[in-house]
Amino acid sequence: MTGAADPMQGDGNTVSTEFEAVIGMEVHVELNTRSKVFCGCSTNFHAPPNTNVCPVCLGMPGVLPVLNRRAVERSVAAGIALGCTISRWSKMDRKNYFYPDLAKNYQISQYDLPLSHDGVLEVDVVSPGSQTPSASKRIRIRRAHLEEDTARNTHALPGGCSGVDFNRSGVPLLEIVTEPDIQNADEAYSYLISLRQLLLYLGISDCNMEEGSLRAEANISLRRPGATELGVKTEVKNVASFTGAYRAIEYEIARQRQVLLDGGTVVQETRGWDADRGVTVAQRTKESAHDYRYFPEPDLVPIVVDAAWETEIRSGLPELPKARRERFATALGLSSYDATVLTATRAIADYFEAVVAAGAPAKPAANWIMGDLQAVLSERDLEPSDAALPAAHLAAMITLIETGKISGKIAKDLLPELVDTKRPPEALVEEKGLAQISDAGALRELVRKAVADNPGPAQDVRNGKTKAVGFLVGQVMKASKGKANPKVINELLQEELTSE
Amino acid sequence: MSRDWFGCTAHEISDALRSGAVTAREVAQSCLDRIDAVDGRVQAYVEVWRDEALRQADAADARIQAGTAGPLTGVPVSLKDVLCTQTGATTCCSRILEGYRSPFDATVVRRLQEAGAVFLGKVNMDEFAMGSTTENSARQVTRNPWDLERVPGGSSGGSAASVAADETAISIGSDTGGSIRQPAAFCGCVGMKPTYGRVSRYGLVAFASSLDQIGPLAKDVRDCATTLNVICGRDPHDSTSADVPVPDFTEALTGDVGDLRIGLPRECFTEDLSDVVRGPVIQAARTLEDRGATLVDVDLPLLRYAVATYYIICTAEASANLARFDGVRYGYRDPDAKNVQDMYVLSKSRGFGPEVQRRIVLGTYVLSSGYYDAYYLKAQRVRRLIRDDYARAFASCDAILMPVTPSPAYRLGEMLDDPLQMYLADIYTIGVNLAGLPAISVPCGKSSAGLPIGMQLVGKAFDEATILRAAHAYELHAGIALGRPALAG
Amino acid sequence: MKEIARSDVEYVAALAQLKLDDAAADRLVGELGEILAYMDLLNELDTEGVEPMMHALEVTNVYRDDVTAPSLPREAALQNAPRTDGAYFLVPRILDQE
Ligand SMILES: [Mg+2]
Ligand SMILES: [Zn+2]
Repeated sequence: MTGAADPMQGDGNTVSTEFEAVIGMEVHVELNTRSKVFCGCSTNFHAPPNTNVCPVCLGMPGVLPVLNRRAVERSVAAGIALGCTISRWSKMDRKNYFYPDLAKNYQISQYDLPLSHDGVLEVDVVSPGSQTPSASKRIRIRRAHLEEDTARNTHALPGGCSGVDFNRSGVPLLEIVTEPDIQNADEAYSYLISLRQLLLYLGISDCNMEEGSLRAEANISLRRPGATELGVKTEVKNVASFTGAYRAIEYEIARQRQVLLDGGTVVQETRGWDADRGVTVAQRTKESAHDYRYFPEPDLVPIVVDAAWETEIRSGLPELPKARRERFATALGLSSYDATVLTATRAIADYFEAVVAAGAPAKPAANWIMGDLQAVLSERDLEPSDAALPAAHLAAMITLIETGKISGKIAKDLLPELVDTKRPPEALVEEKGLAQISDAGALRELVRKAVADNPGPAQDVRNGKTKAVGFLVGQVMKASKGKANPKVINELLQEELTSE
Repeated sequence: MSRDWFGCTAHEISDALRSGAVTAREVAQSCLDRIDAVDGRVQAYVEVWRDEALRQADAADARIQAGTAGPLTGVPVSLKDVLCTQTGATTCCSRILEGYRSPFDATVVRRLQEAGAVFLGKVNMDEFAMGSTTENSARQVTRNPWDLERVPGGSSGGSAASVAADETAISIGSDTGGSIRQPAAFCGCVGMKPTYGRVSRYGLVAFASSLDQIGPLAKDVRDCATTLNVICGRDPHDSTSADVPVPDFTEALTGDVGDLRIGLPRECFTEDLSDVVRGPVIQAARTLEDRGATLVDVDLPLLRYAVATYYIICTAEASANLARFDGVRYGYRDPDAKNVQDMYVLSKSRGFGPEVQRRIVLGTYVLSSGYYDAYYLKAQRVRRLIRDDYARAFASCDAILMPVTPSPAYRLGEMLDDPLQMYLADIYTIGVNLAGLPAISVPCGKSSAGLPIGMQLVGKAFDEATILRAAHAYELHAGIALGRPALAG
Repeated sequence: MKEIARSDVEYVAALAQLKLDDAAADRLVGELGEILAYMDLLNELDTEGVEPMMHALEVTNVYRDDVTAPSLPREAALQNAPRTDGAYFLVPRILDQE
């Protein structure tokens, strides 16, 4: 990149004083139903091309769609979790445009009556580099509506052709649109993180950006601070990761700023993010492409989510991340940091709660899960789960420490074996003779030997240099192969060195 | 054994099959022979399934032997080419679907097959069911069996002609704005459009989804009732198919109309109606009155708005329904197409005929930005008013009797150059589709030129039984004999 | 209501991916003009407050259960395709991302 013309060289501070960015996000997530939204084909992502297809999702003559109840319920669940108002009455509409990945050349979507609308997502604002929240931000959700996914086009075929694979055609999609409340790339990035966390908690989507089950677009415009009118916006697409979204938005804000500073005007257009070059590129669009001629889908009947159905869906929701975080802090006494880490995913939070439920005190359970267990598991490419280490085993191990049966050091050494063998810790401790020696009679000999072998440090202790106590304890521990109870050693040492 | 089985009704055939007087194979062969003899002139069939028909007939004979036959077992049926069939091609008589093989059978086709019907083949239609003459077919021009210089009506013209020319006992057609009832009237057979939702649309290539219904064309009312019983009922593949009880419609055919109030809409008998139609239709009402029915005047003040409302809604829906014919997954792809844009434009422009293109453009226009409210939304509101109009009329009657068409069958080519004039001739049939009601067209006389005239009975939603009863009673007591078209020889 | 112009017909035809030759476009301008003028008849009616009627059948909440059903064998899915490589439906190279 050339220095002077490079918009990324702009001073970030001056942007905030000259212009403010106004950003709205549109996120499409594939709902993880078993079958597609209008037919019985599987939604399996990994099938060979055009094998999860039928007359309905191929848009063959004579077919009719029939709506998947679970797709509606999952959409409503997302709406509730996003604090939206659930529409009592909504409907599907046809959105008309031509593209080879669109089986019927109209997409069945929702236009004026989305399943849910007017919600809010509270977001802890973080940066891609640092996960420590700098602020909290309320981002309003305009709407969340259900639609069908399109097929996938492949451009890398021999013979100068493009290929179309209809396996994805008709996979249920939830489109979530924010109000233009987002002001910078950090907020956009954090919104995506929070949204994904929420949807994963709900268990309604895999939210896998690489496989395209979560796709984000940003509408970005700049204006002078205090201006009430919005500037001309561009729509940025093709981001394949959250950091990609962050970089694309950073870039686009800087680009638009430079255009405006140069006295130019921003052109309303769709721009694709080129991750390799780190730039957004204008995509050629047809002028007529946006007359979508929406009209109500005559092949599907209205969707009525009455209070009873909404309540039923609401009662099936899991505890959401924010509530769970607060409960971990207040009811279980965790620090806000620990509570945040242990609610990052539903899986880790569930695991933590299972360990506590199996009898471990919350604080040591938190420390073990976030610390040593995490380290052991990540070496093995595992996530904290019952399958990786039964929660009951971890709880039993923590209880052995708490009751003085084994030392923390022994437990730490034992952990990989617990994970690899899946055997109960009591059995392993017993078999390997790892139980802590707390019996004064058994330890006194070792203590006397340590004093006798190390007269210098012993004398230091007698002289009141308490620092040397640690060295002597260490010698006893070594001699006991780590099994001695350090508390008992300490007591015995005091006895030995003061009784003389 | 010397009977001409091809000329018989389904119930006559069924009775003969069960009594052992004939086999299903003989009946099928008789119809196939008839097709060979007359279809060169009538041009009703676009495909004749000789081997398939005889195979199905043999299966029907086995069922009759086994004592598991139903009323349509062994009965010959022709299918409008708008119905998806795994046998043969499904083309909607459009160039754009030339050679298309459907991977599935329409629900009605499956139900008929399960009932043991014998399919003789596919019959001609206006391309994608758009038209009133069957001249908009990319395949051939079907002739009216009563006058080969005239149209059979449309869009189910092949269905009506095949029944009228005794090339089948039953035909299955589709009716979006009169496409069963109008050709039935022109060809002198009985045609029924059931209540919207009564018959599954799965496998019916869509023209206008909120208006389309599949229905039977037959030689008499009883055959319509029998066929309706076989094809109707809730289908999980069609969200708009109704979950309502299905009576045995043939039980309604008592011959008695003494308890019925028959409404005559004043707006249907104005000077716009030709005398040649008015006379027989009024006479039909008198016949029912003679049998004890009470005639009452009713009003359909919104009748004059039906054509405009209908052509906005049906073209809007059609413009989206026909978008899928793009040459990607099936159908015609123009060989000159070098890029995606050309593929769409050349395939559609060369694959669709002029009437289809006209309706796509009109439908796209009424949905386009800036015109949606003025046309489409307005029409949807008027549609409700029209439905309410019928509901008000039904407050004082059990069935409404009116003409089917303003005139008998047109001469070939007569309507081709004036689309609006052609649309306006749908005035008596389209309100029924807008309101979603059932209606039946029954022959009620002939013009002096020997052309059949039909009258129409419209019922309340899901009350096919009443109009079938009235139509049957009329047929029983009218004492009119149309005779048969002079095709023999 | 406004007169329909040749440009209106061309715009709408383009939306529908139809290309009309000059004669067809001219004819359609006339026909559509006549038909649309006829449709202005509806403006005689006061439809203020009338709920648009989308369906002839007034039912709601018709769904299928989330269970899979067999898909088509791929050969059957591709059977009618104008061009295929046995795995994909082939189209001329797509240049734009929408
Ligand atoms: Mg969308
Ligand atoms: Zn499918």
